[in-house]
Amino acid sequence: MKFKSVFDIIGPVMVGPSSSHTAGAARIGLLARNLFGGQAEKVDIYLYGSFRDTYQGHATDVALLGGLLGYDTDDDRIIRAKEEAKLNNMEYSIIEMNEERSHPNTAVLHLFKGEEELVIEGVSIGGGKIELVSINGYNINLSGNYHALLVFHKDEFGTIARVTTKLGDEELNISQMSVSRKEKGQVALMTVELDDTISKEALEEIRAVKGVDRVIEMTGG
Amino acid sequence: MFNSINQLVERAVKEDISISEVMIQQEMENTGQSYLDVYNLMKINLETMENAVKEGIEGVNSTTGLTGMDAVKMAKYIESGRGLSGELNLLAIQNAISTNEVNAAMGKICATPTAGSAGVVPGVLFAMVQKDPSITEEQKVRFLFTSGAFGFVVANNASISGAAGGCQAEVGSASAMAAAALVELAGGTPEMSAHGFSIAMKNMLGLVCDPVAGLVEVPCVKRNAAGASNALTAADMALAGIESRIPADEVIEAMYKVGLTMPSALRETGRGGLAATPTGERLKEELFGVK
Repeated sequence: MKFKSVFDIIGPVMVGPSSSHTAGAARIGLLARNLFGGQAEKVDIYLYGSFRDTYQGHATDVALLGGLLGYDTDDDRIIRAKEEAKLNNMEYSIIEMNEERSHPNTAVLHLFKGEEELVIEGVSIGGGKIELVSINGYNINLSGNYHALLVFHKDEFGTIARVTTKLGDEELNISQMSVSRKEKGQVALMTVELDDTISKEALEEIRAVKGVDRVIEMTGG
Repeated sequence: MFNSINQLVERAVKEDISISEVMIQQEMENTGQSYLDVYNLMKINLETMENAVKEGIEGVNSTTGLTGMDAVKMAKYIESGRGLSGELNLLAIQNAISTNEVNAAMGKICATPTAGSAGVVPGVLFAMVQKDPSITEEQKVRFLFTSGAFGFVVANNASISGAAGGCQAEVGSASAMAAAALVELAGGTPEMSAHGFSIAMKNMLGLVCDPVAGLVEVPCVKRNAAGASNALTAADMALAGIESRIPADEVIEAMYKVGLTMPSALRETGRGGLAATPTGERLKEELFGVK
């Protein structure tokens, strides 16, 4: 079931005009910001399908920028996001894509800051609800509503067990989990959704696990 | 968790509780929050809706100028006493228009289930309250939980997105949710709520999403008014004891399948229907300089 809460249906409280194209877009931007760990210096925004066709009317581009600046769906500053991006030194470009993705409301965000880069693909599935469908080219499926760890690790035996054992030691329950890789034996991505938040210390321990490359924490909201 | 209207109604009947109570209990079970937490979260949504209704009646304009000030006209018309339909219906129309004009003006609203269809549920709810100020806060909050329970099933089994399923998935869903909640507020049984829901959704099947220039303005604002009126019509039928021949879950499935067969030009791309009329095309060109 994609929708788990009554507040997915009645809500969110948001700045208009569209829950999928404005509020959902803001949430995709905000999720990208959180995954990136802060504000980007530059961001390329690729729009597909209905997002591409109607973004001007729905302020989809403005809302994506608002989210990237840290504004939630009900933040009045979303309306001024383009001006705020300039004031906050966040460069951006909006690119209309002709190819179609699996969902009509799709945005791909490429964030840059110094040497750091992150590419996320988000879809807005209605009523302001979103899903993260890929990160740096790895396919995943995350709602953004739950606490999750995105663990990039070496694709070899034992790594997953070491990470999940560590979570077990911390008495953290896994609600959902998936593994994705591009090529055998290279870097893989383990997505672990948790029932509770992980402590800073435990997070550092996971980062230190043999075979683990990089860990991104996603906080629910 | 309930995943069909059938399960939802069964649980309410078996435990002898209202639909809103089933929804509140499920939310508490899923999130571990208390009754008060869940109630208060919904109260914030309720307050947002009430403010949006008031704001629109005072008068707002969208940045494009395509919509705005019609709620003011409606309010004056109601005051004049010349209305053809009953006052409840007129108030529902006024409130629905008001909410969606605020939405189009990038004001603050609560998506129910979406922003484009945000006028329907508060439209009828606050019409009921305007007619009968003795309706309590708890009744209003429960109205939203009942709406949400029905919308929850639609969202998980079909769609509430115009881009995926057309306007039937947005205003159609909202209208059906509102009808079900109206029945509960008026003292009908859970089964009657399901019939009201079915009747309202059936009457909206096939409705396309064809926003002029891709904006949530034309025809969205007026479709919300229609969705509100349709909810009242369906609720009255259900309260009269009229039953839907097709069960609610099958109506939802039909809505989903109709959405799948709808061409993309009629699913929130702004490329078909009213958006593709000569006037629709002209407005788009005037606003964005492109055809």
